[in-house]
Amino acid sequence: MKIEVTVNGEHQSYDVEPRMLLVHFLREVVGLTGTHVGCETSLCGACSVMLNGDAVKSCTVLAVQADGAEITTIEGLAQNGELHPIQEGFWECHGLQCGFCTPGMIIAAHQLLERNPKPNEADIRRGIEGNLCRCTGYQHIVDAVQYASKKMTR
Amino acid sequence: MTPFDYHAPKTLRSAMRLVQEFGDDAKVLAGGHSLIPSMKLRLAAPSVVIDLGGVAGLKRVTAGNETITIGALATHYAVESHRLLPSKCSLLPETAAEIGDAQVRNRGTVGGSIAHADPAADWPATMLALDAQFDIAGPDGERAVAASDFFVDLFITDLQPGEVLTGIRIATPPENSGGAYVKMRQSASGFALAGVAAQVTLDDAGNCASVAVGVTGVAPAAYRAHAVEDALVGQGIDAVADAAAHAADGVEEFQEDHHASGDYRAHLARVFTQRALSQAIDRAA
Repeated sequence: MKIEVTVNGEHQSYDVEPRMLLVHFLREVVGLTGTHVGCETSLCGACSVMLNGDAVKSCTVLAVQADGAEITTIEGLAQNGELHPIQEGFWECHGLQCGFCTPGMIIAAHQLLERNPKPNEADIRRGIEGNLCRCTGYQHIVDAVQYASKKMTR
Repeated sequence: MTPFDYHAPKTLRSAMRLVQEFGDDAKVLAGGHSLIPSMKLRLAAPSVVIDLGGVAGLKRVTAGNETITIGALATHYAVESHRLLPSKCSLLPETAAEIGDAQVRNRGTVGGSIAHADPAADWPATMLALDAQFDIAGPDGERAVAASDFFVDLFITDLQPGEVLTGIRIATPPENSGGAYVKMRQSASGFALAGVAAQVTLDDAGNCASVAVGVTGVAPAAYRAHAVEDALVGQGIDAVADAAAHAADGVEEFQEDHHASGDYRAHLARVFTQRALSQAIDRAA
């Protein structure tokens, strides 16, 4: 089935099987492997992307449902070689160890800061509730989001 | 997932035509946050999927002085973030905020959850407590069903073959009303081991003029705790503890699994009914 999507600003059409999940489409058809496949059961959040401005778990969306949509993946956040402030926060605050959850964490944080530019710690923990990290623990991730919030609202 | 044909109608009329045409071979897709996981596990393997996501007019949420309407395709987040609902009927955004996580709430829909009727879903309790009416389109036209007649059994509703849930209507609660939704979350999934929605209206003396309690997670289908309601009408907050003790009265079969026994769920129903009623009365005052 033919679909047209805009991924990180680039508009293209693709032919996909209806049962293909959005995450597999992004990784295997578009070739953007920054979005990770974690649990594939809508729990871990590693596959989070922005779909028409909403953070979604792309393992629980069919590629065909994204026909006509604008998608932003982790690859679309940095501009002109400059890290996005959230990415910079993860760098500065040691918000990752293995990095597997990081793309999804950053997308979830991105959504949170769009809706609430100055979240408190409880807001941040609730905002990344749908994303699991199995190594760093969450404190440095919370620090990273606070760093980004400060930088983005300055 | 087994292969399927995908249809994305743009109008309800063409969606209904497809639903009639493909019958039992088809599944209707709303936000996909129950159906897609079921299809991945091959618990569902429809040969046709009819996606309502592009159907115009099914996503609207309105909050008037008389009536609140929620289109079947409105997301949980649309209810959670609605500008007027906190003052018109706080039980609705409070329930929405308890579902899943931010990404799930962005995508999952109120109508999808209701039509799916998971025994641990949050919305059924709240829809029961608000006496919601469900608008249903079918081969012979439209009909409305009360929430109390809708949730029949485990994943079974009053929806008949060829019918599609299109919207939800709720009478806007009067002044001196308050609601609360509280639940015990299963710690990994966030689903309700037990969830209780309470909506009360107080009279001038501060006693309960009306009480409605919906319970989810405890029985195969969400239910109204009528024994609790009967015990509390005409009474004040001091009567809540005794009334809440009836929260699992009349339940013939309890949900039981490795997360919680039936006895424990019955206990949770009573405890959370007490909490929900106390908060609801507090907010109504």
